[in-house]
Order: sequence, then structure tokens, then C-alpha cells
Amino acid sequence: MDGPHKEQPAHGPAGTGWEPTIVAFFCTWCTYTAADLAGTSRLKYPPHARVIRVMCSGRVDPQFVVEAFARGADGVLIGGCHPGDCHYQEGNYKTLRRVALLRRVLGEMGIEDGRLRLEWISASEGEKVARVITEMVETLRALGPLALPARRAAWDAEVAPGTVEAVPAAAAGGER
Amino acid sequence: MAQSGKPRVAFYWCASCGGCEEAVVDLAEDILGVVEAADIAFWPVALDVKRRDLEGLADGSLAAAFINGAIRTAEQEEMAHLLRRKAQLLIAFGACAHLGGVPALANLWDRAAIFRKVYEDAPSVVNEQGTRPQEVVPVDGERLTLPAFRDTVRALNQVVDVDYYLPGCPPTPKIIKEALEAILSGRLPPRGSVLAPDVALCEQCPLKDTKPEQLLLKEFRRPHEVLIDPKTCLLAQGILCLGPATRGGCEALCPRAHMPCTGCFGPTSRVVDVGAKMISAVASMVDATDPQAAEAILNTIPDPVGTFYRYSLAASRLRRRIQTPPPEAVRAQAAGG
Ligand code: SF4
Ligand code: SF4
Repeated sequence: MDGPHKEQPAHGPAGTGWEPTIVAFFCTWCTYTAADLAGTSRLKYPPHARVIRVMCSGRVDPQFVVEAFARGADGVLIGGCHPGDCHYQEGNYKTLRRVALLRRVLGEMGIEDGRLRLEWISASEGEKVARVITEMVETLRALGPLALPARRAAWDAEVAPGTVEAVPAAAAGGER
Repeated sequence: MAQSGKPRVAFYWCASCGGCEEAVVDLAEDILGVVEAADIAFWPVALDVKRRDLEGLADGSLAAAFINGAIRTAEQEEMAHLLRRKAQLLIAFGACAHLGGVPALANLWDRAAIFRKVYEDAPSVVNEQGTRPQEVVPVDGERLTLPAFRDTVRALNQVVDVDYYLPGCPPTPKIIKEALEAILSGRLPPRGSVLAPDVALCEQCPLKDTKPEQLLLKEFRRPHEVLIDPKTCLLAQGILCLGPATRGGCEALCPRAHMPCTGCFGPTSRVVDVGAKMISAVASMVDATDPQAAEAILNTIPDPVGTFYRYSLAASRLRRRIQTPPPEAVRAQAAGG
């Protein structure tokens, strides 16, 4: 990946305990450029964010956010241009509204507020990228793992073959 | 029971309201066509059949089994596995089997909370000993059993493999009839298909022409709060209509009756998580650029999960409300990688 200069964390390194994973959707015009700047300026920040470059924060469909959580992200960070600075005029306003509604839904689903963060970070704010990621890692450490894949396995244990008495494990179920 | 030559079919209900069974009966004279073309080998709602009759059939001897309702109990799982074994085609019939349906909104709670509410806290309940249903009770040397009540409600394909899906709450007579004809004649789309058109409902809605290209709304209103203009797109009137993110096939029955679409046909094939998709569409329509104003408008939607995932919580990417903090096993697994 020709992205920001940083080390990739191992997958929750065995024995060393759990480390949070952040999926970061960064707008190519501002936040992604800022992350690049943070890298080239050799700013130090934790290596927990997997950055996905999007053309605009408005491209971040709420489906991407739930997908990231469903696949094991502990937090999702969306970075876009400051209000008024969107390359496409309106994109970041849509993001702002979507995140507001999504936050309510996630809250009702038991996913804490701190796991979804929206930040406006302009191309020159490399140090803000470093600060936001550092803060978010701390927040997620305090919240603990979301671990949806592991939770899903735990939920499914109740219908695992053999759980139902006297029924051969004919067709194993599974998600779509 | 077998009459020679005719394909045998079965109907069964799981966590269901009965509406899907009623929809089959609603085929009216068309049901006679079905009876003519097929043998109904198992349909506990309408015929005096027992589980052992089904168990007595050879594996794969049913041409098709239609299961409606979500999967909540161990008994429903057993029946789903049994029907899967007996049938060549297993069809999820209706929104509950397809996506979890309304019963899956119970995934906002867990078994303990549901039992507490139903057997203790409900205002009409007197239960001083805190009695709960038991899975096994010994009585006079006998062993009485009840099916286990699962923590999570599931869509049918989260328990067994499903060949086709008939969407709707309930499916309309037209799509039931078309599906039966397709199944009995063997003219079927690829396995895993939803047997309904793959277009958004708006495409079939007579109000579509009045739906503006771009909508900007200052508030969302519920149908009982407004005098609905029957000639204008409901969304344009600020009434949350899920037509843009819902699969067509019902021919816009609800909007035609001036009621918003609530999403029972589920998503089109391009959508993975219909609730999140609708959140995206709805939020885009909010006429505000600062967070407080946007939030104030969005707060006029009283129950977002119940609104956007009314029929699909079990099939959503999140599936159920999560318990925090995570159970120990989950923590250990997450740390182990
Ligand atoms: S899909 Fe609708 S009609 Fe069918 S069982 Fe579920 S709630 Fe009832
Ligand atoms: S009333 Fe609903 S289904 Fe009809 S065009 Fe408007 S949004 Fe689409």
C-alpha cells in the first residue's frame, strides 16, 4: 500500500494480548493527504489504523461501517474535509447526517459511541491525524474488543450441529 | 398419501404470525390448481398430519418444502433440518424465514430479558415464585420436555441451506403463484435467488413521477400525523417510505393505499445491509448542514432500528444487540488472534 508511512500491527499478537483494530476511511483530498503528510513528517502514532482511501467521505456508505464492524474492526474512523471544503461541495454534509443517524442505530445495537468517530482533517493537518488515531486507540483500549466475529461464533454455538437432540447434522447452516 | 406422478410439497411454519399460512389459503381458487398439480404431503395448519408422517417419507422425496416464520426454538431447528432432508428444494417463505422478519426484533434483547419481561415484569403477570418454562420436567417417572428457547432469532438460512426465497410479509398471491408455477415446471433461476423482480419498489410505484430528484426535508412525519396527499410520493411528504431501498414485486400495494413501504420484501441483490442502506438514503435527505440541526431533524424518527430493520435484523450484518462487556470466551479469542 502506498499509504501513510507506518508499521502494520500484527493480528492481536498471540500472548501479548489484544490490540484494537481501526478501519479508517479517509477522503483522498484532505484526510488521506494529511495522513501521508504525517507519514512523511515522521510523526509517531499508533499503527492500529487500516486506512481505506475513498474519493470523498460522502462515499462512505453506512453499509461499509457495519461491514467493518462485522468483520472484526473495534472502531471505525471517518476522515473528511472540513465543512465548506468538500471537493464535491456537499459530500461531507451527507457524511455528517449519516453518521448522526447511524450512531443512534449502533447505540441501540449495543455498539458504544466511541467506536465510530467522524473527524474533519484538512490536507495540512498531519498532526491531527496522529492525535485522533492516538486518542481513538486509547478510547478503544478502554472499551475493550468488539470482536463481532468471535461473538457471532458464540451466538451460533447454540445452533451448532449436535446442539439439537436427535437430529443429524444434515445441512450445516451458515450466513449468506 | 402419495398419488402417483404428482410432485409432493410441504408447508410448515416456525416463529410465525400465521399470515404466511393465510397467504397460501388466500390463493383462493388458485390453490386448487396447486392441489391439482401437486400433492400436499405435509401442512399441519390445514391437514391432519403428524411429524412421524413426514419422518416416514424417503429423504429427498418432496419436490419442495415451504417454510415460513423465523427460527426461535430448538423444535423449529429440528423441523427445518428434517424438511431440508426430505425436500429437494427448500424455500424460505415470507419475510420472517427470509430475513428474520418482525420476530427478529427480539434480537434487541436476549432470552433472559425476554423471560423476565414475559414471566415476571409484564403488568398482567402474577408469578411470585418466578416460575420459568423448563426444558425438561420429571412428572410421575416420566420426562416432559419443551423445546429450547434460543437466545437469538434466526433467518432460515442461518440454520439450514435454503434454495429460494419468497419475500414479503406475507408474500403476495401473485408471487406465490408464480413461484409455485416455476417450481412445479422446473423453470427456476439460479439457486439462492429471491423469487421476485430485482428492482427497487419505487420503480413499480404509481407515485414515482412525483418523487423529486433531490429531496430536502425539515422533519419526518408518521402517517397518522398528516393528511396524506394521495397523489404525491410519500417520501416527498416527509413520510418515511422505504421504497428506494426495498425490492419490488408487491407492485407498491402499500403506497397505492397511501401507506409507506416498511420494507417487507427486503433488499435488492445489490444491497447487503438494507437498514444501513436506508440510513444512507434517509440521512441524505435531511435539510441541515450543522450537526445540531441535522440531529434535531433525525430525532423526528422515533425508532430507527425498528424502522430500518423492521424485517431484517437477523439478516443484518450486526444480527443482534451485543452484550457489553464481551463474554470471557470472546475476549480470550480476540486476544488469541
Ligand atoms: S412474514 Fe409476515 S405474514 Fe409471514 S409469518 Fe412473518 S410476520 Fe407473519
Ligand atoms: S411513495 Fe415510496 S415507493 Fe412510491 S415513489 Fe415515493 S418513496 Fe418510492
